[in-house]
Amino acid sequence: MSKRSVADLKIGERATIQSFENQLMSLKLLEMGCLPGAEVCLSGKAPLGDPICLSVSGYCLAMRKSEAATIFID
Amino acid sequence: MSSPVIALVGNPNAGKSSLFNQLTGLRQKTGNFPGVTVDKKSGSWTIDSQTVATVVDLPGVYSIYPKSLDEQIVTDILANPDHPDYPDVAIVVVDASNLHRNLLLFTQVADLGVPVILALNMLDVARQQSKEINAVKLAMRLGVPVVRINARTGDGVDQLKKAVMGQIREPTLPGKLFFDPGEEAAELIDDTRRQYHLDNNYLALQYIIQHDGFTFLNRQQQVGLDAIIEKHQFSEPTFQAGETITRYKRIAQLLSEVVTDQRPINQPTWSQKLDRVLLHPVWGYAIFGLILLLIFQAIFAWAQPFMDAIDAGVAWLNGQLKESLPKGPLTDLLTDGILAGVGGILVFIPQIAFLFLLVSLLEESGYMSRVMVIMDRIMRKFGLNGRSVVPLISGVACAVPAIMATRSIGTRRDRLITILVTPLMSCSARLPIYTILIALVVPSQRVLGVFNLQGLALMGLYLLGLVSALLAAYVLKLFLRTKERSFFIMELPTFKLPRWNHVALTIWESVRAFVWEAGRVILAISIILWVLASYGPGDSMDRAEKQARLQSDKVTTEELQNRIASERLEASYAGRFGHLIEPAIRPLGYDWKIGIALLSSFAAREVFVGTMSTIYSIGDGADDEGITIRERLHQERNPATGGPMYTPALAWSLLIFYVFAMMCMSTLAATQRETKSWKWPAIQLAYMMTIAYVSAFITYQLLQ
Repeated sequence: MSKRSVADLKIGERATIQSFENQLMSLKLLEMGCLPGAEVCLSGKAPLGDPICLSVSGYCLAMRKSEAATIFID
Repeated sequence: MSSPVIALVGNPNAGKSSLFNQLTGLRQKTGNFPGVTVDKKSGSWTIDSQTVATVVDLPGVYSIYPKSLDEQIVTDILANPDHPDYPDVAIVVVDASNLHRNLLLFTQVADLGVPVILALNMLDVARQQSKEINAVKLAMRLGVPVVRINARTGDGVDQLKKAVMGQIREPTLPGKLFFDPGEEAAELIDDTRRQYHLDNNYLALQYIIQHDGFTFLNRQQQVGLDAIIEKHQFSEPTFQAGETITRYKRIAQLLSEVVTDQRPINQPTWSQKLDRVLLHPVWGYAIFGLILLLIFQAIFAWAQPFMDAIDAGVAWLNGQLKESLPKGPLTDLLTDGILAGVGGILVFIPQIAFLFLLVSLLEESGYMSRVMVIMDRIMRKFGLNGRSVVPLISGVACAVPAIMATRSIGTRRDRLITILVTPLMSCSARLPIYTILIALVVPSQRVLGVFNLQGLALMGLYLLGLVSALLAAYVLKLFLRTKERSFFIMELPTFKLPRWNHVALTIWESVRAFVWEAGRVILAISIILWVLASYGPGDSMDRAEKQARLQSDKVTTEELQNRIASERLEASYAGRFGHLIEPAIRPLGYDWKIGIALLSSFAAREVFVGTMSTIYSIGDGADDEGITIRERLHQERNPATGGPMYTPALAWSLLIFYVFAMMCMSTLAATQRETKSWKWPAIQLAYMMTIAYVSAFITYQLLQ
């Protein structure tokens, strides 16, 4: 089974970030508080399911599904 | 008297601009940073009787590793002590309710060796989330002054003054770097410091990681840094990722000592509850649609009385001047040339003001970010980005500020495509052309009981502009291949009440930019056009007048005046230009008179209607009451057929031409400034003109 990513979360589901797939994307995400070990919660989705909204370190972060797919969770 | 430079640094939405307004009041200037076209807000702040500081508001960033063009400027200044805006003191404004992320930037700025002050803002929000921050402990642990402020009310500004004065008199820097790259890459850092005479380890790291982006390094220095990287086999992204993680770890540890109580992650705030509606698959789009409708309503309906008033005011002034000043070419230049031109600019102010009132309300409240989120998926299909929505909406008023608004788009390709297609959105300068020509050929009837046919035609033209912008973006996407990955990562700010002084300032700045940027060009063209239409080579104008008198002996004096004016115009330089290009525009149905208007409106579309009025009303004079340019066009006969000149075929051909045509020098100049190349404005001009010509040709030939 392939690794689960943030893109696989359901609304309201929580998870802990494990690692990143893409190094350049991870630089952007790290700065925004998406750190390995940080707890995230999928707080909502835009119409058509993309982009998605994450609750991470106390604020709301919107990103595309393709970007969320580079964040692996446990 | 000393005048230190103070820079405001901080995350987006941390309250930086509010603090800026608190400190500088209305004594602020806008301009560009030296050498780049990124907006610069600066103002003076009287700290005490001896010290007036210059405060510079830098673009909001999350870290000193920039993601977009306007973010680049922050590092360019803070890493370069020779920059004219290099601060004596940097005030880092942080959102206390989100201290963890905000401190990342703070620790980076402090590590660069700039004397810093930490301004803790939004403590009230933090308190609502049951977080208490021990500012004294924070200051001790960070080794820098920490001031509690409320940027909205101005509380804490006095303490901030004291802290700034303290840092100016005797800069206190933290004893050691928060993150010292020398610990992990000692040899690399040593090499860099030696070669570039740096005494700060973290600055040396920035030279290594960001040298391609630093505008203050010359080519040779950049190549030299590449060599150092090569020598040490240094991996920049890995190191940068490690740095971010280490910083966050240390910040988390620090905060565990300084902050009490944490809000649980899953407790929905009222912003999140609101988002459930605004991002809803159905309601989200419905609300956005309603807001767009409101914007259009404001631009077209609410602005109309103000526009009429300005129009009437200019006409009245014109009449007064004509009456009171002695007759002569100078008076004519002032009234028909300059005042007519100025009037053409001023009349758009209400529309621009209304548009930016609404756009800035949406941005201030935090709703605009939601629009970007719900539109991203759709825009992406066309090679655009959720962030392209703001430029496209602003383009309905004026493409110049709209193109400047693309700077927040992080991906180069997305930004370029947005710049190239934004002028296809029907800007307010096209509106007078649309209204006059539609009124000429579309009957004012009701359809289905509610809709006005003319209104529907107008809406159709706007939709045509939008659809063509999206299609053009789609085609450009196929041509502009890039390895760079398009991305869309954005913080959704919590909803807030708008700050009215910010809204007022945005309106003022966009109106001022329009009047100055576009106005100067339009004014110059109006004057040139007046000269070209009033003078001809040699005595050709006088001969034309004689000719007209000879040929018309049995007409009223008014008709004679008209004929004389018409003959003189045809003989003038402008008339000759019109005749010169007539073969090229005949297939579109246009004659030389329209040719003059086309040529003169090449610089700015606004000039079209003005030119038409000049061409068709020269001779009618100011004493002629009641006859509007529309009626005058109605009366115009086609010399070849004897029928009306402005047939539906011609009017629609002109309308379609103006939907697409790139006729605005200010926009081309903006594209040149923003892309830093002449290639893109040339491409923009070529592709839009081609579409305009071809579709006007097809329209005319089909309807004829």
